Amino acid sequence: MASIAPPLPSRLAWQRFTAAQRLARFAVYVVLVAAIAASLRSVEIIPEFLYDAPEQMVDLFSRMWPVAWAHYPKGVHAALLETIHIASLGTLLALMLAVPVGILAAHRLVPSTTVNWLARLVLVASRSVNSLVWALIFVGIFGPGPLAGALAIAFRSVGFVGKLVGEALDEAQPGPIEALRATGAPWLSVLGFGYWPQVKPAFWSIALFRWDINVRESAVLGLVGAGGIGMALDAALNLFQWDRVALILAAMFAVVIAAEIVVTQVRKRVL
Amino acid sequence: MWKGIAESLQIAVLASALGIALALPFGLLGARNLMPPWVSWPARLVVVSARSFHPVVVAIVFVKAVGFGALAGILALTVASIGFIGKLFTEAIEEISANQVEAVRATGAPFASILAFGVLPQVFSRFIGFATYQLDSNLRNSTMVGIVGAGGIGGTLFAAFQRFDYDFVSAILISIIALIMAGEVLAAAVRRIFIENATLGQLFRPGTPASHERHLEDD
Repeated sequence: MASIAPPLPSRLAWQRFTAAQRLARFAVYVVLVAAIAASLRSVEIIPEFLYDAPEQMVDLFSRMWPVAWAHYPKGVHAALLETIHIASLGTLLALMLAVPVGILAAHRLVPSTTVNWLARLVLVASRSVNSLVWALIFVGIFGPGPLAGALAIAFRSVGFVGKLVGEALDEAQPGPIEALRATGAPWLSVLGFGYWPQVKPAFWSIALFRWDINVRESAVLGLVGAGGIGMALDAALNLFQWDRVALILAAMFAVVIAAEIVVTQVRKRVL
Repeated sequence: MWKGIAESLQIAVLASALGIALALPFGLLGARNLMPPWVSWPARLVVVSARSFHPVVVAIVFVKAVGFGALAGILALTVASIGFIGKLFTEAIEEISANQVEAVRATGAPFASILAFGVLPQVFSRFIGFATYQLDSNLRNSTMVGIVGAGGIGGTLFAAFQRFDYDFVSAILISIIALIMAGEVLAAAVRRIFIENATLGQLFRPGTPASHERHLEDD
């Protein structure tokens, strides 16, 4: 340790990335900073509203307290159950719709690029439209109520589930599938005995994950009239009954936590 | 309408920046393999409660607190980002290999150096994935928080729906979908640059298979 080696000339020094790679990374940083700066400069924030934010928060919490627990059996319980029903039925319907589309999107199962692209287009379209927008559309078609909500949840989830199922199918090990093909098994048997056992854990885990998300999403669909606890929330908000709003928020929180516990337990026991 | 779309974009960018910046410390503090339980549990509680409400519900509360407009949307989506990134970041840190952390620790490095050289390089590529995904998801939600008055195109959309002005609705919807798809392309480009070390030239050259990511997961 008597002498420390002098620094290498930069030409010889090891560099992790090539100049072009560093340029690409630098470009991302520049775009990022530019986007943040541009947004900060042009975003419209009304300072008068900001100054009295603390007062408004205090006002909000004082109106929310005491929470109107007494209102629960009459006004919230049924809506809460309806929310869970919307989420569960929507997820079930989404699974039924997503599996065929996911199969069509998987290139190894359906070796036609046109069909793959069409299926992928369906999935992307489903995912690009927010569940609230789907709800607005279905409320327009079927009128307000849980049917619109369940369909909105289903149509929003098809894209998510279908994409993940398609990816899982594409990632399946080719060994068992080739073995089945070699026996002359028909397409359905290849699907049922070659692919299904391989994607089964992924499929159930995707389904559980989506159900968990849907419980959260179905809670707000009522804001646009698509049934569930969101309608109770909307009514309480419009009447400035903040103590009922607090009750509904507490109920939503409890349901979301309960759903999460259910999902982790099921995952631990079954998968 | 363009004003609404621009406002949605601003909300998405600012909420992602703020949310990711705030989510990192919470995600780090919540990792049970680095932090004692009395630190990790409160941090996890913050993250779980940030995640348990839909952004639109959070936006309602912020609209009351800071008034109508973009700020309520930014704050609501920031909370959502903390919940999502915080959770995934915690999980990523809990899955790292302990060898590298121990090696850095064995050199007598202080805690900050252990984080910077032992922990963060292991989760960096996954972090890029979460961050781009979150920007994407904030973009989707920023077009929606307007329904409760928190700025962006959502307010215009909802008003058009209530006026049965469906041709304007479809114009807005098509713009939103185009915006989200552009966001997805951008996010994919960022992922390729940081995770697959692509150069700017390679981004425009199709045909290079995206098999690298799968390879990363196998390791």
